[in-house]
Amino acid sequence: MFPLKGTDALLLAPVFGFAFGWLLQRGRVANYDTIVNQMRLRDFTVLKIIMTALVVGGLGVLVLTDSGLATWAIRDTNLLAAIIGGALFGVGMVLYGYCPGTGIAAIGSGSLHALVGAGGMIVGAIAYAFSYDWMAANVLSVWKLGKVTFADLTGLPLLPLYLVLAVVSIALFVWLERREAR
Amino acid sequence: MSDMALPAGASGGLALRRMSGRATPYLVGIGIGVLSWVVFVVVAAPLGITTAGSRLAGGVAALAVGPEVVAANSYFARYPVKLDYGTLFLVGTFFGGLASSLMNGTFKLESVPPVWRERFGGSVARRFAVAFLGGALAMFGARLASGCTSGNTISQGLQLAVGGWTFTAALFAAGVPTALLLFRRR
Repeated sequence: MFPLKGTDALLLAPVFGFAFGWLLQRGRVANYDTIVNQMRLRDFTVLKIIMTALVVGGLGVLVLTDSGLATWAIRDTNLLAAIIGGALFGVGMVLYGYCPGTGIAAIGSGSLHALVGAGGMIVGAIAYAFSYDWMAANVLSVWKLGKVTFADLTGLPLLPLYLVLAVVSIALFVWLERREAR
Repeated sequence: MSDMALPAGASGGLALRRMSGRATPYLVGIGIGVLSWVVFVVVAAPLGITTAGSRLAGGVAALAVGPEVVAANSYFARYPVKLDYGTLFLVGTFFGGLASSLMNGTFKLESVPPVWRERFGGSVARRFAVAFLGGALAMFGARLASGCTSGNTISQGLQLAVGGWTFTAALFAAGVPTALLLFRRR
């Protein structure tokens, strides 16, 4: 029965997107101040959401793939592209004050500057498309690791790695909450 | 979701307080994690936004420079304009933000946000210009890395993929100094 394909999947896409946008808005991250203040290390809402999602999402997907209900969907690691892309993204995110997902949810919340920035995102995507051949030859081709996880890198099984992530996240949360309570 | 009653002290002492129509970050993180389970199982499509962005960009580019130029571009050829799962998901994200903000009363037309205004003043033109530039840089970087915070940080990250985590590390390594510099007081 699962995964659904074709029209069934298309009908569900906006439903899942709606849930995502709803969650982002409820989490206060469809919000310039929250995101910029995270990057200024003054507000850790973004980090709390991300780490919780990674632990919960990750452990769940591990169980689901183990039981055959889901399959892994790991992308190629092109390490140089990930580094440069991530860095450009980080700078862009500070200037925009949103990431693409939160930006779109923010447009829904009335943010006109998020809308203007979305225009910028279109231009950025066009610029990338026209730079793609060069990128493919000079950046994407460097340090191509394939579909690697930290399990592959360390030789450890996945479960202990997820548990390490969970422990580190919880320790981080406890530290943040104590700090913020002062 | 706005009326979920939460047990205080759940989850090992961390209080999951509900704040009138907003949800604590931990609850939202759990929600995104659970949503990830659902999309992995039901549609085998991890959360992601920017692939749809590339498709939409191809559509815009076709209007600007003509469909032949777009068709000749190897990247747009890989991501032709179509109303596919990712595009519909993106549209749904907009409506989710809209509905949530209307329901919790936080919908507000905003041109200049408070943190920006405090540092850079109230000029709408200045804010719009920087937002536009930021959006362009962010999307360029995201497509280079084949994903943004949704596609890479969350979807690849939760699978412990090296590329996803590298993207996130680079994002913070560049973004934090940028933010600290940008908002530094003279």
